[in-house]
Amino acid sequence: MSVIELDGLRKEFTVRVKAGRLRREKRTVTAVDGIDLRVERGELLGYIGPNGAGKSTTLKMLTGVLSPSAGQARVCGLRPVADRTRLALRIGVVFGQRSQLWWDLPLADSFDLLRHLYRVPAADHAARLRRCRDLLDLDAFLDTPVRQLSLGQRMRGELTAALLHGPQVLFLDEPTIGLDVVSKQAVRGFLAELGRAGDTTLVLTTHDLADIERLCARLVVIDHGRVVHDGSIAALHARYGSRRLVVAELDAPLPTPPQPVGAPLHRVEADGRRLVYTLESAGVAEVVSALAGVAALRDVSIVEPDIEDVVARLYRTPAPDPRRPA
Amino acid sequence: MRAYRALLGAQARSQTAYRASFLLDLLGNVGATVFDVVTVLVIYGVTRELGGFTLRETLVMVGLSSSAFAVADLLVGNIERLPGLVRTGLFDAVLVRPLGTLPQLLLMNLPLRKVSRGVFGVGVLVVALGSAGIDWTPARVALAVVAPLAGVVFFGSIFVATATVSFWWVDSGELANSVTYGGRDFTSYPVTVFEGWFRAAFAYGLGFAFVSYQPALVLLGRADPLGLPPWAGWAAPAVALVAAALAAAAWRTGVRHYRSTGS
Repeated sequence: MSVIELDGLRKEFTVRVKAGRLRREKRTVTAVDGIDLRVERGELLGYIGPNGAGKSTTLKMLTGVLSPSAGQARVCGLRPVADRTRLALRIGVVFGQRSQLWWDLPLADSFDLLRHLYRVPAADHAARLRRCRDLLDLDAFLDTPVRQLSLGQRMRGELTAALLHGPQVLFLDEPTIGLDVVSKQAVRGFLAELGRAGDTTLVLTTHDLADIERLCARLVVIDHGRVVHDGSIAALHARYGSRRLVVAELDAPLPTPPQPVGAPLHRVEADGRRLVYTLESAGVAEVVSALAGVAALRDVSIVEPDIEDVVARLYRTPAPDPRRPA
Repeated sequence: MRAYRALLGAQARSQTAYRASFLLDLLGNVGATVFDVVTVLVIYGVTRELGGFTLRETLVMVGLSSSAFAVADLLVGNIERLPGLVRTGLFDAVLVRPLGTLPQLLLMNLPLRKVSRGVFGVGVLVVALGSAGIDWTPARVALAVVAPLAGVVFFGSIFVATATVSFWWVDSGELANSVTYGGRDFTSYPVTVFEGWFRAAFAYGLGFAFVSYQPALVLLGRADPLGLPPWAGWAAPAVALVAAALAAAAWRTGVRHYRSTGS
């Protein structure tokens, strides 16, 4: 059995829009438009999409916050809304923008409270807390009231809070949003470590694609409430034709650059002293040997495809029909 | 149960962290309830009867009303924060914890400073019952205990039901206040003071007559000038339970209807 099973999951919101001076029109907006998904135990899933694509709405349906308009959701075999309290014991939730901690109490007190709320045996709680303290460097601010913590410190606190009851699935909504580089690294490192252990399933929404590249073997891209890609990052590149580039720096401009088979010339820069080839079927060696015969090579470098470019292109693909009033 | 106790403990700790300010809050909170009593006293300064009832009789109703309201306000009044939680989406945090939503919400910020109000309200009731010259029978003693408890449940249900509206309509705070605080004022006077559709709606439509007026009639041994039989005074617990059931149903529907906010 998969840890997460979604079948035709939909969420519609009715919004009232002004139509004329007094009249208001009801309009149905589909935030999630039929998502089918299976996530296995121990998977690290990146769930991405542009603003308003339905990422957070999906996550809220998976955690029992929102009831689906149609379709089925199962998490750990439970129905998120109907079995909300039982499910809460098995999942951890970090919503970047919303704190789970007690604002006026020291961080340590929040952790202690959570132990009671989740009925965690003292020994398990202590062991998990010790691990988080070590990996996330919590000791310096454990006795500080939450309202006085920096965003980075608070986020490390939130992560700990979400893990103290040993959840089977951890949902993270924008866990690195607004963090400085050091805190981002700390959070990513911690999640990577968690993923390596292999028994916690991670579902992560983010705008920061570095999170995905660093953490997630599997990537689900949604747009307009539908899944537009589900697979590895490599598969995404393959599908959307992103290729590695070879950049050759020359000593002198070359008026007629060679055209090796399987590696078309992508662009010419620096007045012809820099040539950029796209690697399709050819390898780096073919490009280099084609150039070596006609020019003096100063430097050759390979540029890995940028996931950000791919995703940006994906988002720009024409949207399905604009939502009509229902 | 242990979980709820832990929540309550945390609340007590953060609220009593500043002792002097907590004590001032305790004192300040008595104020509102004192005002209810003073208003009634002032009215009886210019008239000997109100709706056919003497001061001592009316004070029994004031006591029933203010003790029930103050205790309900202490336990459930905190739900007034719901519209804010719904608007900001902070209600999400309540939904991802392994506890009932309503108890969590009530304990998350239990206003301990309102304890003084509850104590004062019960005090008013005891004094009013003592001075009203009631012919005490075992049945009346039982009613004097049960009626305020039913009142607490009833007011609590009104608090919950009116707050629930904010799941559909976020700016519902004023509507909620007009029913809850309006209900408190309504129950501080004999129902006979009011007239027409207003009396029908508040007293019997919403059921406020069963908080203080009907039980007070039984306690005082008076027939209802409006013609309801004596057992109406004993209907208070049943009315409270119906109200609680309706409020619980409204709450469950409301939570399902919660829309959260964008991330």
